[in-house]
Amino acid sequence: MANQSFPLPDVGEGLTEAEIVEWRVKPGDPVQVNQTIVEIETAKSLVELPSPWSGTVAGLLVEPGTTVEVGTPIIEITVGGAAASDGGPGSDVPAADSAGLSDSSDSEASGSVLVGYGTQEAKASGRRRRYQDGRSATSAPSPSAPSPSAPSPSAPAPSAPAPSAPVRAAQAPPAPAPAPAPTGGVVSVPAPGTNTRVLAKPPVRKLAKDLGIDLAGVHASGPGGIVTREDVLAHQAAAQPKPLATYAGDTEPWLESGAVSVDGRETRVPVKSVRKRTAEAMVASAFTAPHVTVFHTLDVTRTMELVENLKKDRDFSEVKVTPLLIAAKAVLLAIRRHPQINASWDEAAQEIVYKHYANLGIAAATPRGLVVPNIKDAHRLDLLELATAIADLTATARDGRTQPSAMTGGTFTITNVGVFGIDTGTPILNPGEAGILAFGAIRQQPWVHDGELAVRWVTQLSLSIDHRLVDGELGAKFLADVAAVLQDPARGLVWGR
Amino acid sequence: MNSDIGEDKVPLLQLLTPEGARVTGRGNSAYRKRIAGLKPEQLRGMYRDMVLTRRFDDEATSLQRQGELGLYAPSRGQEAAQVGNAYALAPQDFVFPSYREHGVLQVRGVDPVDRLEFYRGTDHGGWNPLEYNAQVYTVVIGSQALHAAGYAMGVQRDGLVGTGDPAKDTAVVTYFGDGATSQGDVNEGLVFAAVNQAPVVFFCQNNQWAISEPTTRQTRTPLYKRGEGFGIPSLRVDGNDVLACYAATQEALERARSGGGPTFIEAFTYRMGAHTTSDDPTRYRTTEQEEIWRKRDPIDRLRILLENEGAIDGDFEAELRAEADALGERLRERTRKLEPATKTQMFETVYATEHSIVSEDRAWFEAYEAGEPTDATYATSAPAGAASQTAVAQQGGTR
Repeated sequence: MANQSFPLPDVGEGLTEAEIVEWRVKPGDPVQVNQTIVEIETAKSLVELPSPWSGTVAGLLVEPGTTVEVGTPIIEITVGGAAASDGGPGSDVPAADSAGLSDSSDSEASGSVLVGYGTQEAKASGRRRRYQDGRSATSAPSPSAPSPSAPSPSAPAPSAPAPSAPVRAAQAPPAPAPAPAPTGGVVSVPAPGTNTRVLAKPPVRKLAKDLGIDLAGVHASGPGGIVTREDVLAHQAAAQPKPLATYAGDTEPWLESGAVSVDGRETRVPVKSVRKRTAEAMVASAFTAPHVTVFHTLDVTRTMELVENLKKDRDFSEVKVTPLLIAAKAVLLAIRRHPQINASWDEAAQEIVYKHYANLGIAAATPRGLVVPNIKDAHRLDLLELATAIADLTATARDGRTQPSAMTGGTFTITNVGVFGIDTGTPILNPGEAGILAFGAIRQQPWVHDGELAVRWVTQLSLSIDHRLVDGELGAKFLADVAAVLQDPARGLVWGR
Repeated sequence: MNSDIGEDKVPLLQLLTPEGARVTGRGNSAYRKRIAGLKPEQLRGMYRDMVLTRRFDDEATSLQRQGELGLYAPSRGQEAAQVGNAYALAPQDFVFPSYREHGVLQVRGVDPVDRLEFYRGTDHGGWNPLEYNAQVYTVVIGSQALHAAGYAMGVQRDGLVGTGDPAKDTAVVTYFGDGATSQGDVNEGLVFAAVNQAPVVFFCQNNQWAISEPTTRQTRTPLYKRGEGFGIPSLRVDGNDVLACYAATQEALERARSGGGPTFIEAFTYRMGAHTTSDDPTRYRTTEQEEIWRKRDPIDRLRILLENEGAIDGDFEAELRAEADALGERLRERTRKLEPATKTQMFETVYATEHSIVSEDRAWFEAYEAGEPTDATYATSAPAGAASQTAVAQQGGTR
């Protein structure tokens, strides 16, 4: 009976990391060799990993939704001997361990297997600290990421009750067994807050256990409040996920892995991956940096002429030329004239960090959600190099191949809301940056040009700034300079290097 | 995008239906005669090798997912093509596989553990080709077609063709996929084999996917017609029909051994799994298509035939399952213990005799590995080369 830990393998050729998507086992479960234990997502694909050993799951070391490096231990398995911890010392783990999981959204299959950690703050062991460091290096740079705490991996699994153990009704509802169906789990009804023991005959208890149903939540119709077999089956039927009413060709990818409510009117989808990182980053930014947004409407006809000319230019024949390229160049020129905006607020050190380089982020909507990869050292690139970099970055993002390193270290971001036909917006800063420019749709509009009414190409710019370190005056000057270049790209010759 | 290369448009030699019944049409009597003599124990042997090949596949895939192999290319779905073909071989025949011919190597008797050395990266090959008359796995797409054509020309020059002595006359088989037919190497191999009338069988397993590219992106003509263009007798067989693959290969081998020259066989099959463990087929093909082919599983149809003809029973199946389990366990145990070969092994098998340049390279490498100062020109030339590559890349970027 020795504990073996399974390090995350490189399932592709030269992959360095993967995200844990869903555990298929929980602590205390017996596992067979080659039984699927976890689903991971690599840069290439979703992959199921088989267990290298037969034995009992001693502990899951990584939470779903977490990206870990190849070689990181992800699960501990007690190899050899019969399964089943015998309810010896330590098996009576206080209910507090699972209390944090009583929220109904967490009682969904994949969430509940992580009984014992994932929700508590503090008291992280040395081992977990190391793991946490690795995580912050590879995932979104959110200062407020919840720090997962962990039990010591050698602690006996709390969720393996001895067969004869009484059901501890509301104190610590046993985790519902993960439904083998890959999509969604059973939405369990929270247990009523009673402390009384649920009455049921042993075969009914066994049935409930096999179905992963908490008897405390089942309506009892038998004499004297006994839960009958029919009650359990009725509960099971009611709790089955209902198929969505769909029509041919209807794809709703955002509902994937969600569980439909009992009445079929709502779907609960676990927050994972890009959605989770986006949420963390936006909350962190919106509630730490006081945002101010300034707007400007301008005539970009000359930019449009320049774009048309560049499209015909032999040097640019192999790269896509768009107004966004000129806007990016305009931002880089404006940063050069107002370097104070290319900075970051370091709350912990009470310092402002001025960056002598510009890593220009471009927000991109991808099938996996919003990602903001940045072009490293964009200030060094000439126009053609910048065009190539933007094309590479967007192509990589659309293919879902953006590496975490490409999304960290940004200093300023452009969000091209115009591609959606939208005039403007009030963008939220990418955490750690002091400015973000929204580039609106370019439309032909009546405009006073040279003292006469003319049809001109007109757009709107909006700039959000972190008012802790950038004042309105600086923001206004910066935006005016961006606009000046877009109004007359020749301005770039004057301000360029 | 549909061209006339699909299954419905092209005649296909089939002797065993997907439902496991023998085909009794009039057109294929010559081939039916070739399988009429197959005894129940031979059919059982084919079935056993196909089942063990699939188990080898599953176990190797799991080992890769457990971090024990760097890569693995499964042969799932192609067992009939490979095993049927290999059963027609004579001991003196020589085979040149790609990286997916696990069924052929199973029949040739290459130890399954040795076969995983290559995929674990502990050895450049894994076995001595002369011991089994089977070359090691070849990963460069299609290059084995040239090796096979050259070897077959050697067989000719050794006078081992057309002697009439069945223990002496020798044929060569090379294996490749539909994607490899787009490679120059395969076409060059066909040219040399054809003009020299070399005793070689080109066994093309058209599994319909060159990684993620469908056959329709590789050819406008059924692949077996490629052979005809080179002046090589060619046919298409049902690659999921072990009997058809056996009969067609036997005919081709007889032609080769008797001096009749090469044959091109297109075994029309389907890659039921991923291209390799690094591939995710859900990104480019539909589950509907996979489901159609799952119903044509080559192992199922042979099992049904054997059951209906009373050649196997429950005991046989149970024994075979136990044998497969034992194979799985042995693979797990032994593969985890495979250690890398010596680093200088790569210098030892390049030439049969001492070679001055290779010996020099080896001496430099040993000194480098030992941490001794090495020849300065080696050290300085590398960065210079790297710098010029960068310059070229930048020029390329601004073109």
